Amino acid sequence: MSEQQLIQSDIALSAEEIQQIDAELAHMPQKSGAAIDALKIVQRQRGWISDESLMAIARYLDMSPEALEGVATFYNLIYRQPVGNKVVLFCDSVSCWICGCDGVKQKISEKLGVDYGETTADNQYTLIPVPCLGACDKAPVMMVGDDLHTNLNNEKIDQIFSGQVSTTASTTESTAESTTTSEEEGS
Amino acid sequence: MPTIYIDGTAYEVEEGKNLLEACLNLGLDLPYFCWHPSMGSIGSCRQCAMVQYQNEEDTRGRIVMGCMTPVTDGARLSLQGDTASEFRESVIESLMLNHPHDCPVCAEGGECHLQDMTVMVGHRDRNYRGKKNTHRNQYLGPLINHEMNRCISCYRCVRFYRDYAGGTDLAALASHDHVYFGRHQDGVLQSEFAGNLVEVCPTGVFTDKPLVDDYSRKWDLQSAPSICVGCAVGCNTSPGERYGRLKRIQNRYNQQVNGYFLCDRGRFGADFVNSESRLNFAGVRQEDGSDKGSYKAIRADDALSEVAGLCQQGTVAGIGSPRASVEANYLLRRFVGTKHFSNGMSDVESALVNQILETLKNTRAISPSIHQIESADAVLILGEDVSNTAPRLALALREAARNKGRELAAEMRLEPWMDAAIKNLAQDQYSPIFIAGVHENRLNDIAEAGVSLAPDDIARLGFAIAAEISGGRAIDAVENLDADLSALAGTIASTLKAAKNPLIVSGSSLLNSAVIESAAAVADVLSNEQENVFLSLSVPECNSVGTAMLGEGMSFKDMMDSASQGNIDTLIVLENDLYRRAPSEDVDKLLENIKQLVVLDSLDNATLSKSQIALPTATFAESEGTMVSSEGRAQRYYPVFVAEDDRLASWQWLSELGQVLGLSGFDQLEHFDQVEQTCAGEIPALSGIASAAPDHEFRNRGLKIPRQPARYSGRTAMRADVSVHEPKQPVDDETPLSFSMEGLGVGQPSSLMTSSWSPGWNSNQSIQKFQDEAGGAIKGGSSGVRLIESGQSLGDGLNAHTRSVPTAFHPSDTESLLIPVYRVFGSDELSSQAPAIAEMSGDAQFVISSESAAKLEVVDGDGVSANINGVEVTLEACVDPSLAEGCVGFTTGMPGTESLVATAVGLIVSLRKADSWQRRKPQLIATDNPNAPTVTNQQSLQSGVSHV
Repeated sequence: MSEQQLIQSDIALSAEEIQQIDAELAHMPQKSGAAIDALKIVQRQRGWISDESLMAIARYLDMSPEALEGVATFYNLIYRQPVGNKVVLFCDSVSCWICGCDGVKQKISEKLGVDYGETTADNQYTLIPVPCLGACDKAPVMMVGDDLHTNLNNEKIDQIFSGQVSTTASTTESTAESTTTSEEEGS
Repeated sequence: MPTIYIDGTAYEVEEGKNLLEACLNLGLDLPYFCWHPSMGSIGSCRQCAMVQYQNEEDTRGRIVMGCMTPVTDGARLSLQGDTASEFRESVIESLMLNHPHDCPVCAEGGECHLQDMTVMVGHRDRNYRGKKNTHRNQYLGPLINHEMNRCISCYRCVRFYRDYAGGTDLAALASHDHVYFGRHQDGVLQSEFAGNLVEVCPTGVFTDKPLVDDYSRKWDLQSAPSICVGCAVGCNTSPGERYGRLKRIQNRYNQQVNGYFLCDRGRFGADFVNSESRLNFAGVRQEDGSDKGSYKAIRADDALSEVAGLCQQGTVAGIGSPRASVEANYLLRRFVGTKHFSNGMSDVESALVNQILETLKNTRAISPSIHQIESADAVLILGEDVSNTAPRLALALREAARNKGRELAAEMRLEPWMDAAIKNLAQDQYSPIFIAGVHENRLNDIAEAGVSLAPDDIARLGFAIAAEISGGRAIDAVENLDADLSALAGTIASTLKAAKNPLIVSGSSLLNSAVIESAAAVADVLSNEQENVFLSLSVPECNSVGTAMLGEGMSFKDMMDSASQGNIDTLIVLENDLYRRAPSEDVDKLLENIKQLVVLDSLDNATLSKSQIALPTATFAESEGTMVSSEGRAQRYYPVFVAEDDRLASWQWLSELGQVLGLSGFDQLEHFDQVEQTCAGEIPALSGIASAAPDHEFRNRGLKIPRQPARYSGRTAMRADVSVHEPKQPVDDETPLSFSMEGLGVGQPSSLMTSSWSPGWNSNQSIQKFQDEAGGAIKGGSSGVRLIESGQSLGDGLNAHTRSVPTAFHPSDTESLLIPVYRVFGSDELSSQAPAIAEMSGDAQFVISSESAAKLEVVDGDGVSANINGVEVTLEACVDPSLAEGCVGFTTGMPGTESLVATAVGLIVSLRKADSWQRRKPQLIATDNPNAPTVTNQQSLQSGVSHV
């Protein structure tokens, strides 16, 4: 789906989304308690949380958009910008680093033509670093979509992304670290 | 009292405090950011670290956060030791990693808590050589400037805005090292307390936009103690002036009144002082020739003799004003004689204010200060939309609502300052607040129950509650009350009876005396059963109570009758636009029936432009005077700067006029203190005003109190473009303050505190150096004097209340009851002349219910017309689904509705869709730059534009 189509489908919550959110609400003494679950439900359906989705959820949960935005932007696995069909969560934490994840990362970047926070031009993959996936005994590790890949090396990367042709990245810079950019020190 | 040992010295401290408060109360400098005396501790900034030792043998100790650690008897602590000092320095160094080095261009510079704390911990050299995080700033409206790069993530802004003031449109966004405090997208901050962010933020993220646009440093601002003229609450302010312009209003701490916070009408509304429509010189209207109708400027002396000449021909009458000082009103009353004086309120308003005054004098309930209101544990609001008529009071009610959380916390043995814990514990449990209004207001989000009723039905509900409390003994039950309302009355009655400090809030804004009467009835029957019943009654203007205390005088109608019989030759109007007080035809007729009109005012208005002679008066910022707040507290304000050109304080014009005419006694009314003391001596109700503040002879250890800070700069250069010779500083013979930096500004009574500064404490946080304890009263007592203490006798007059139980309102299908609706921005006469407030206020509106909207086929922004008193009034429609059935509201005091409050409330009108109506263009909110496209958060995040 193109971004345009996504925005158009975001105008209201779908019946399915509402049904799932209602199921969560049944456990909550306050509506805002279902905020995280509602964001996850909508993200599962739409891939990411657009401004329009956020407004629709906020309205449904009687929250101000600011309050929900606070929740949405706190978690870096709630995507406030479009991501590819599958998100590659690549662990760059200490165990994986000891086991040589840097080289694997370089291989992924070459294979997909993207750096952290970028999406492949064919919109298949978005590469995001995560601090740990809880599988340090099998480091280096990453998740592609819902699948965990362990003991990574260059060959495995070729297998996992076989069929993927290296292209240049789309313009999206960063997903999780979205509100800030860095700049040289001023003085 | 527990004894604690800090760096080996034993101190006795108060129980129940935390270490940070204890240290500050002892006068020790312990740096902090996130803690605030009104908002408690959350331990987020890690700045107030101390080392606590197990016992005498323990030499290592452990680091504790002062604000999160309760004082315990025998505690051994280190404040100055290396471990604690180095830790605090490292915290500042970490905070400074991303803080820009932009102090020279930052509006906070010179009064920045972050600067003070950085100097205090001794952190000097920046070792960090990496990149700094930068953020995109948001447009937050005409009042607040946003510069996110300066943020140190103390969370004070959201804690104030959301938790304390109930705002919803500001949040902490994102996480770890890029937390962002802002809105979901660019737009005007919706809370009427947003201006407090300027003072709450310890650095320059949120700054005063009008000040930034016309900037001067704090150390260059001349200040004097002042009182807000925006409403009747009487908040204490400290206006700052330079180059003859009022630059900004800052909060002046008064524990009993405004505490640390002001509303935005008060903070940004005083800009009318700089208005283009201020009068500079006396003017005489030209009666013939080519420039007929225009005013010719004349010298003040000539104006005085002209007016004196007029006054010698025939009878002189005077109309005072509830927005002028007690002294000015008193002098006018004395000048024209009691028989020819009107207090300047509309007849309906005057009756209500007098009713309120009588009620407060006779009831055994206490007229509470704002501070006392914060201690209420059950609240009933009858008819008054305090968020718009007395905003600071609404903020106090939010604080009262949180007493439930404190109660729960006490049961769990949590300290009252443990803010985050209490918030988690209480969730959405609040002390009960019941609201009966003509529409839902901004306090309804914390209300236990809210109903929208027509004014008479609000009174009926009030009487029903009173009857319920008295068990039908003192007050008769209300007949034919709707079953739902009856049940609600029962709930409210039992809740109020169970409360320790029940509070009844009402006031004159609906212009319905039965509503006030019913509130008094509830308070009376409650007082019969318990102590500490609070009755807070709001009045319309900053000095309504003080003006009413002068005595009733002539009504407007008396004035009309007298004029039509030819009994008035000259009419003197003091700081009053009569067209806001009576129908314009009536005012026109009155002015036709008199020979000459003399108007004293500061700003141009409709009445002034009818005058033969106009005298330019000084505003609150350029004159001294006393005002009495709705609480009944008399407070003094002082000139911040010398009035320019021929402007004079109203009392001065009148005093000089009396002297020119040689009126008896006026030779003894030459000085302000003489006027004030004579007034206090003559009018028993006002006898207390003489002790509201020290007289002009007061000296602080032999010295005057300086208006200018010790570091006031450029005094010799300020006028260099005009003359290289430095003029003598103006002399102030009327007050103990001086127009200079010489003198002693420490240790004076709180009513003479010009602004707050202490060595090492340049920001407003310095106020703790002047308090007897953090968040307590200023040493020597809060300023102002209460003139109304509650009555003692109930007598058998209780049932007299029921005499005015109105009959139930029956909504009609075709017509609507006209009721006033108040807007914090726009309804007030003077603040609306401030450009920033004008930008916030929008146009006058008819507030209509959803049913009416459907019937008329109009939506928000369409035009609606009604025939009011024979005049076709067309206003923009504002659909409010919560409006009481059968009512239509009009926003008061705005262009097109100025006179309606005095003339049209209670009329039955029929509405129709306006024939030709130009919809207002959508308000520009996206950005400062009118040409820039609207930026959504989504786009802005992607573009990642940074500002330095």
